[in-house]
Amino acid sequence: MDTAVHLIALTLAAGTPLVFASLGELVTEKSGVLNLGVEGMMLVGAVCAFIVTAKTHSPWAGVAAGMAAGAALSLVFAVVALSLLANQVATGLALSLFGVGLSAFVGLDYISVVIEGLKPVAIPNVSSLPIFGELLFAHNPLVYLSLALFGGVELFLHRTRAGLVLRAVGESPQAAHAIGYRVVAIRYAAVVFGGACAGLGGAYLAVAYTPSWVEGMTAGRGWIALALVVFATWKPARVLLGAYLFGGVTLAQFQVQAAGIEMPSQILAMLPYLATIIVLTIISRDAATIRLNAPASLGKPFHPDA
Amino acid sequence: MIRLEARPEPSRLAAWISPLVAAGATVVLGVVLFAALGKNPVAALSAFFVEPIASRYGIGELLLKATPLMLIATGLAIGYRANVWNIGAEGQLTLGAMGAGGIALAFGDSDSALVLPGMLVAGALCGLAWAAIPALLRTRFNANEILTSLMLVYVANLWLSLLVHGAWRDPEGYNFPQSKLFAASALLPNLLPDTRLNIGLIVALVIVAAAWVFVRKSFAGYRMRVAGLAPAAANYAGISADRTVWLGMLIGGACAGLAGAGEAAGPIGQLLPSMSPGYGFAAIIVAFVGRLHPVGIVLASLLMSLLYLGGESAQIRLGLPSAVTGLFQGTLLLFLLAADVFVNFRVRLTRAWIRLST
Repeated sequence: MDTAVHLIALTLAAGTPLVFASLGELVTEKSGVLNLGVEGMMLVGAVCAFIVTAKTHSPWAGVAAGMAAGAALSLVFAVVALSLLANQVATGLALSLFGVGLSAFVGLDYISVVIEGLKPVAIPNVSSLPIFGELLFAHNPLVYLSLALFGGVELFLHRTRAGLVLRAVGESPQAAHAIGYRVVAIRYAAVVFGGACAGLGGAYLAVAYTPSWVEGMTAGRGWIALALVVFATWKPARVLLGAYLFGGVTLAQFQVQAAGIEMPSQILAMLPYLATIIVLTIISRDAATIRLNAPASLGKPFHPDA
Repeated sequence: MIRLEARPEPSRLAAWISPLVAAGATVVLGVVLFAALGKNPVAALSAFFVEPIASRYGIGELLLKATPLMLIATGLAIGYRANVWNIGAEGQLTLGAMGAGGIALAFGDSDSALVLPGMLVAGALCGLAWAAIPALLRTRFNANEILTSLMLVYVANLWLSLLVHGAWRDPEGYNFPQSKLFAASALLPNLLPDTRLNIGLIVALVIVAAAWVFVRKSFAGYRMRVAGLAPAAANYAGISADRTVWLGMLIGGACAGLAGAGEAAGPIGQLLPSMSPGYGFAAIIVAFVGRLHPVGIVLASLLMSLLYLGGESAQIRLGLPSAVTGLFQGTLLLFLLAADVFVNFRVRLTRAWIRLST
């Protein structure tokens, strides 16, 4: 029983960076913009969060820096893809390549630096409750933040007027433009929100999950986050489910080794990537569902004259 | 206000100028960066762009590194023209190296003249097979090829790591994760004395030319161009979208696989846990900067190769981190995409702006 509870708690922790990044990308995509730069934004968020934490000894300042860095990088994407109307797929790819290079460059002097990361907080009294204590009340503060973000995104998209406008822009930018909404400005906001969330996901990895900086430490999580949005058919609740599913898969490698089962580490390390391919394939097989749920203008540039 | 006005037709002039603008802007950014790091910008630029190719050996290295880049970019460009987004060339390269390495390790001692061609064919086929997975998942199950091909990069690299740590590890290699050195019969012959340049360059140039013929002169190439420019028209004309995906992915995979075989049989000469410093990703940039055009791709591959060499040289001469290469690669593509706005749009200053500024 205890091990099961412990495993669930670990799964939540492992899935959290994906929750941040996928929810951010979901909002971006809901506005009709496909930003493939998540991996780059996560890495830059991670390295900035780590450096600021190392310099200020305040993990919260680091988290803020990671968010700001992710948002700043997403702004580059927004300028090129939204204002200069470049192909969104190519721009997103460029942003990922750029982010990988930039993070490796600025993080060079911090590879073996040790920081005091963000520790889990045990909520007094209730965290010592049997089972529920560990399950609900002894997580890293960022885990709670990710759940709050989920609630916020869900409410925003489906219960607020602004969320309705955002979705309208994603479905039909021409119509939204015709009735007077500023399509490009709204898309900028959605892209920057996505960038801040990706940066937050990276920051979580660098100052809370592993407290360390390693080149390319996101290990493809940004791409998995993109796949999760498709897997979730653009629904926040399913993003949460998917993120924890993948969190569980990443843990499997450590659990199998801990259980003393002989298996090469490389095979186990392949699991999250193979799982992503399989899950994406199963979900996408139903083309009609994807077409029905994907924002209709996803990936298409918007120019009022064209 | 600045306003973008759509051109009736894309500007051909702007299309050829924008890569130059992007390259120039990247150099300017480099100068600013070097200055900010307290390095003499002139010395840094010289270390980056001149010194690496100031010798015969340097020219050899430039062409050596450009070889896989132009090969992969040529294959990718055929897919990109048709909106087939294979971004997993790095993994297909790895599989190609594994295929070639498998042949070299199995038959390398035979001295047969067939070993080397066998390696190249095996490499191309392995890359092709790896690219067939995303093609199948896309055509049969509608799965996005961008994500699946990228995920397979991680899988391929782990698979190679598994082999060089295990079954294919050199028993006399002091437990280092690497295969035996290939025998002479499994290595590409040298092309330019006193350099490491091998005949892989010739193979790559022939394939670039063949790709140009395919795109411009063949019916299949024509159908792929139509599918990329006007998917709805292509569909109406009965051009099979699945066929387009298959061709785009397989050609890209075969080229990347061949490039991987060329690395294994060329400068590396054995299997290591990592067979490429990101050529598969850099080739994406090469394809775009080269305007998906063969001549452009050859030129862009030389530029990208110089960025690799410059990074190494700047590290040795100035103590600059070689990671600066990756930074410049990404910057180059971002600048290019930004500069491309002039291909499809005219920039107009509207009245409001003029009134405000006077």
